[in-house]
Amino acid sequence: MSEATSDTALTRPAAGNATRGGFKGFLRATEIDTRMLGMIGALLVIWVGFHILSGGTFLTPRNLWNLSVQTASVGVMATGMVLVIVTRNIDLSVGSILGVTGMIMAVAQTQYLTPMLGYDSGLVWIATLIVGLICGLLIGGLQGFIIAYLGVPAFIVTLGGLLVWRGGAWWVASGRTIPLTDDNFKLLGGGSDGSIGATWSWIFAAAAIVFIVLAAVAARRRRKRFNFTIKPIWAEILTLGLSLIAVVAATMIVNAYMLPAPLARRYAEAHNLTVPPGGLEISFGYAIPVLLFIGVGIVMAFIARRTRFGRYVFAIGGNPEAAELAGINTKRVTMMVFMLMGMLAAIAAAISTARLSSATNAQGTLDELYTIAAAVIGGTSLAGGAGTIFGAMLGALVMQSLQSGMVLLGMDTPLQNIVVGAVLVVAVWLDTIYRRRSA
Amino acid sequence: MSTTMEQITDHGPAHHHDTIDRSGPALVQMEDISIAFGGIHAVDGASIDLYPGEVVALLGHNGAGKSTLIKILSGAYKRDSGEIYVRGDKATIANPRDAKAYGIETIYQTLALADNVDAAANLFLGREIMTAWGTLDDAAMEAEARKVMGRLNPNFRRFKEPVKALSGGQRQSVAIARAILFNAKILIMDEPTAALGPQETAQVADLIKELKKEDIGIFLISHDIHDVFDLSDRVVVMKNGQVVGSARTEDVTKDEVLGMIILGKCPPGATPGPGAMKE
Repeated sequence: MSEATSDTALTRPAAGNATRGGFKGFLRATEIDTRMLGMIGALLVIWVGFHILSGGTFLTPRNLWNLSVQTASVGVMATGMVLVIVTRNIDLSVGSILGVTGMIMAVAQTQYLTPMLGYDSGLVWIATLIVGLICGLLIGGLQGFIIAYLGVPAFIVTLGGLLVWRGGAWWVASGRTIPLTDDNFKLLGGGSDGSIGATWSWIFAAAAIVFIVLAAVAARRRRKRFNFTIKPIWAEILTLGLSLIAVVAATMIVNAYMLPAPLARRYAEAHNLTVPPGGLEISFGYAIPVLLFIGVGIVMAFIARRTRFGRYVFAIGGNPEAAELAGINTKRVTMMVFMLMGMLAAIAAAISTARLSSATNAQGTLDELYTIAAAVIGGTSLAGGAGTIFGAMLGALVMQSLQSGMVLLGMDTPLQNIVVGAVLVVAVWLDTIYRRRSA
Repeated sequence: MSTTMEQITDHGPAHHHDTIDRSGPALVQMEDISIAFGGIHAVDGASIDLYPGEVVALLGHNGAGKSTLIKILSGAYKRDSGEIYVRGDKATIANPRDAKAYGIETIYQTLALADNVDAAANLFLGREIMTAWGTLDDAAMEAEARKVMGRLNPNFRRFKEPVKALSGGQRQSVAIARAILFNAKILIMDEPTAALGPQETAQVADLIKELKKEDIGIFLISHDIHDVFDLSDRVVVMKNGQVVGSARTEDVTKDEVLGMIILGKCPPGATPGPGAMKE
């Protein structure tokens, strides 16, 4: 009897370890992050759930294309919010910075740049964007200076900023809505003109595939050079294959979304195409704001992982005292993080202003909460020191999926807010459990 | 008493005779340093010095002011008064960056490591190896880290994990490796062996001997005399923010040094300081 119990006691944990060891071994070999896996799983559950509830309208090329465009603005800001939160700060003012820089860009474009450079000038859009980026940089820099050098907590400075810049947005145009004048600038917002079409989408996909493969080869070669252990080849092929399938699938989806007939007819007239008898099939392809979002994500991931600045951001978040003792100018790094955040808010402002074709006073209201939620759902720890850019981008997609899905179901706005708020709390609670387990 | 004598004769050969060359300028000289926190004199008119290749143990109870004094040298605190000289020249040390510029490296009791990044990132924090493209060369840093850690702690394998996952001894070896990597001229070690097992303590002792050969000066800070007595060439004892006295380790016994720490009583073999008990 006693023998039997001791026997089971011995074998049971061993067996448990073996099965878990198998899955853990798989994860270790493929270097897949369990948290990322969980998030992708959650996203799929949300998508399939809404697809069923909405009677099959969620997982359509049209809705997914719209979802990608709607994610871009908050997603761009979420990549910056990761660095802000990693340094143990917070930025509550991003929605208001978006509002004021959007308004400044619209006013600068309609009142100064278009008259100065000419109505059809190709320079107007870039000049507008530069004006916005400089404003975002200055606003972020001012807030960052007060936080880093004057020692006022980020929560207070950016809470003040939330009111100040919202007021500033009203003040720039006395509360009027300013319609944009430059058509090139409007392309930044997407729409039928602001998409790159099927051919260019495939070229983009091919470039992305080449990039992904080359990056994997380079990483492998680098580790080989120093005789470090490398991923088993099957794991390499598996992860590589999955990312390539994702790229191809995304491209097929955006290309499957066709221009509606009247728009296609107008497009044909503009490009001197003859309409075939069966009607013209013209794909949207990737929207420009989505490409901008992906580009920003790549740049931000590069900054976070491969530059000295990014390394310092994480070191400060892990142990501010150690970073200071290591000779890192923590104040300057903190200020630069807020400058970067300001510039990203300006890019988001360009996207959302272009999408609406005008700057409104309420633009970006509550975006700070969606941005923070995206970063936190994406695995950024509010305690600082941990977070990934890619996670925040996925987090933004999760938030936007929830919102779009509820709109699709015809839910009332108050109910939407209740669900989004509850999901945020539950997501962070799950994350807390995950961290406690893995610690 | 007899056991103490035995211990001293036992460890006599390790010290040889005092072979430290003190004829040139001191590597570091801290003169009449004072600092107060809210009216409490944490350090009160303390003076200490350190010569190339010398190990000076700075001893005292918790709160005696030794860690505070050394944090002034490493730039973590700003002194209220007093001067610091490095190789005979007056040094301006206002922050940790200044101290590093003088070749002063510190291994803190709290092991100032960024817990969320890996060993290599911690070793090179503040002085990363960059590629020709101006990006972090993580592979080169990891290779260098493996080299240094191999010298210091050959069993260390966990290069990919954030340092918060490491044991106390492993963290200590990362902190020491970090200082070695940057060619410290003056090394400050705060409770260097407090968190270590016997084997790792022996490793640290070997390491200190290596560092001495390279003419590096080392301050060992400890409240436990047994940790540092055998490692040091000289002991300096502090009490209530003042220096009780200093002595060549070969001229005093552990019991005498304990008397300095506990009572502030200066033995015949030591040079009394301002904090010595008045007879």
